[in-house]
Amino acid sequence: MKELNRRDFIKSTTATTASVVTIASGISLTTFAAEPPKESAPVTNEKRWGMLIDVNKLTESNIEDMVNACQEENGWGNEVHSKADQKPSWIKKVKVKDKATGKIDTLPMMCQHCEQPPCVDVCPTNASMKREDGIVLVDRHLCIGCRYCMMACPYGSRSFVHEDLNNQKTHMPRGKGTVEACTLCVHRVDKGGVPACAEAVDSEGVIFGDLYDANSKINQTLKKIQSTQIRADLNLNTGVRYSGI
Amino acid sequence: MNIRYQQIQGRSLGFYALIATLGVIILAALGGVYYMEHNGHHVTGMSNRIVWGMPHVFALFLIVAASGALNVASISSVFNKKMYKPLSRLSGLVALALLAGGLMVLVLDLGRPDRLIVAMTEYNFKSIFAWNIILYNGFFAVVIVYLWMMFERRMNKFSSKAGLVAFTWRLILTTGTGSIFGFLVARQAYDAVIMAPMFIIMSFAFGLAFFVLVLMASYKWTDRILGDMIVSRLSNLLGIFVAAVMYFVAVYHLGNLYLSENAGVENFMLFDGGVYTQLFWYGQIILGGLIPMALIYHPATKGNRSMLGLASVLIIIGGIVQLYIIIIGGQAYPMEMFPGKEILEGYGNVAPYTPSLPEILLGVGGIAVAIIAIAFAVKLLPFLPECLADRQAMNIADIWIEGLKEEFSHDLADTHSKECK
Repeated sequence: MKELNRRDFIKSTTATTASVVTIASGISLTTFAAEPPKESAPVTNEKRWGMLIDVNKLTESNIEDMVNACQEENGWGNEVHSKADQKPSWIKKVKVKDKATGKIDTLPMMCQHCEQPPCVDVCPTNASMKREDGIVLVDRHLCIGCRYCMMACPYGSRSFVHEDLNNQKTHMPRGKGTVEACTLCVHRVDKGGVPACAEAVDSEGVIFGDLYDANSKINQTLKKIQSTQIRADLNLNTGVRYSGI
Repeated sequence: MNIRYQQIQGRSLGFYALIATLGVIILAALGGVYYMEHNGHHVTGMSNRIVWGMPHVFALFLIVAASGALNVASISSVFNKKMYKPLSRLSGLVALALLAGGLMVLVLDLGRPDRLIVAMTEYNFKSIFAWNIILYNGFFAVVIVYLWMMFERRMNKFSSKAGLVAFTWRLILTTGTGSIFGFLVARQAYDAVIMAPMFIIMSFAFGLAFFVLVLMASYKWTDRILGDMIVSRLSNLLGIFVAAVMYFVAVYHLGNLYLSENAGVENFMLFDGGVYTQLFWYGQIILGGLIPMALIYHPATKGNRSMLGLASVLIIIGGIVQLYIIIIGGQAYPMEMFPGKEILEGYGNVAPYTPSLPEILLGVGGIAVAIIAIAFAVKLLPFLPECLADRQAMNIADIWIEGLKEEFSHDLADTHSKECK
């Protein structure tokens, strides 16, 4: 048998160690990340969650209530070090003026939960993902903080966590150095609830529901009234629809 | 005719001073990284609007330049220009070093650099970023094999095949890098397929500029002979590449100007974008394009090595400026979210950005890593030919020696005294 010299020994042990470390850590990471939520029913593509926002029925203070409810529910907005443009904003109040007529509309903007989300396409690690029921999420275990999804999102609706966080909500873990956005309050929806922002407005202004369900209010309303998707030209088929703009 | 390669001695005061200076810069960069990662990105100039800042400017510059630096080797092995053959090893080395520097910057600017392993084990094959991770890692492998075939005499016969693989790989790689921006449909400044070929031609210019500087410096500092003929060839090539970059930039802007949906962003970049407009005209076009071309082609400065060095430095600065405009300017200009409407509140102004010191340190640190890697490698392994005097270069290029002799007859008269030992 050929005797191992020092060089061969170092070569082979380094290679083995490197490959074991690489594979093992990869396996454990994916195992932890892939654990399914235990309490909920399986998520299927028979549903497509969506939201219809009627801009004419929402006042500015309604929209501010929606923003506050989201902050309260999900625990963002208390960052102390981040400058205004660094703070997360999962939902924001946007005011637009028609260039020809001067008509002013105010609307809440958040992740539009696209059927073809550009953020999911560009994410190198599959951290950006779309559930079968259409909710677009970030897996905080897989996010490496590359921010390519933020470059790709046509709605500017994703935020990067620029500092350490304290007092997080147990149902909504967040982390410095990762990207986050509106989850459509997935933790509520999975228990049969509605997103906090929709609950915050006591009006017909925001309708949440299953776009596919012919008996749902959102489905029926969308059949009756004229609605629009923001940047419909991109063919992303958003889950969030607007009427009145 | 055989080329003799020889390590540099690397025992002079100058060598140690170079290493020490680079070491200090790298330490400063790592300090900046620690500061940014410890505190979070709030200490940087980046925000939710400018999500990629100064580190990405340097990282992408280095990655683009890396693939371009390999061109010298490709010209020899793929296009069979034998005169470039003695430079092939150095070309491969500079390519690897620049890529290592660029990737270091890219990784250390991640929100979670500690999760690099996730990037290596989880792939979304629809993501051009994921493809780039494979292309960058593959580039290391391909170029290392290529270098080995050039170094190992028994493998020399395969080196031109390996060179072809490396050349193809680098074209795909830069296509991937350009497509990072080309495929971003939502942003006005991007979403242009021309980004991919434009990045390839940018890589030709930036990579060669860096290579020329490394070549001239290493021969000057080690008192080796570097003939005018080879320098003059590289200089001509550099001028052509710079002109080609300017052509692509012109086509990109003309194409955008034609579409009224892009009128806003073009107006911003070319006329009233404040710092971005100034950087474009003064930095990218004049400093990084017209002046280097003048230095390379004007009879008064043509053939002067200091001037070629200056031109190369300006091309590098112009390249960094160009990437700054593409990356930062492209993000600063707001996305057209509501065509026909003006956004009054919530989104829509030009996003401000002031790079912070740690970001700049990290970026410059990437360049320092590339240079220190080259310095150590040429000391450890025989990358550099002992002598590249004109007669040597001509003998290597024996197939087109006659034409060259004529072209360089007057130059040769001056350098005849410089012969290889």
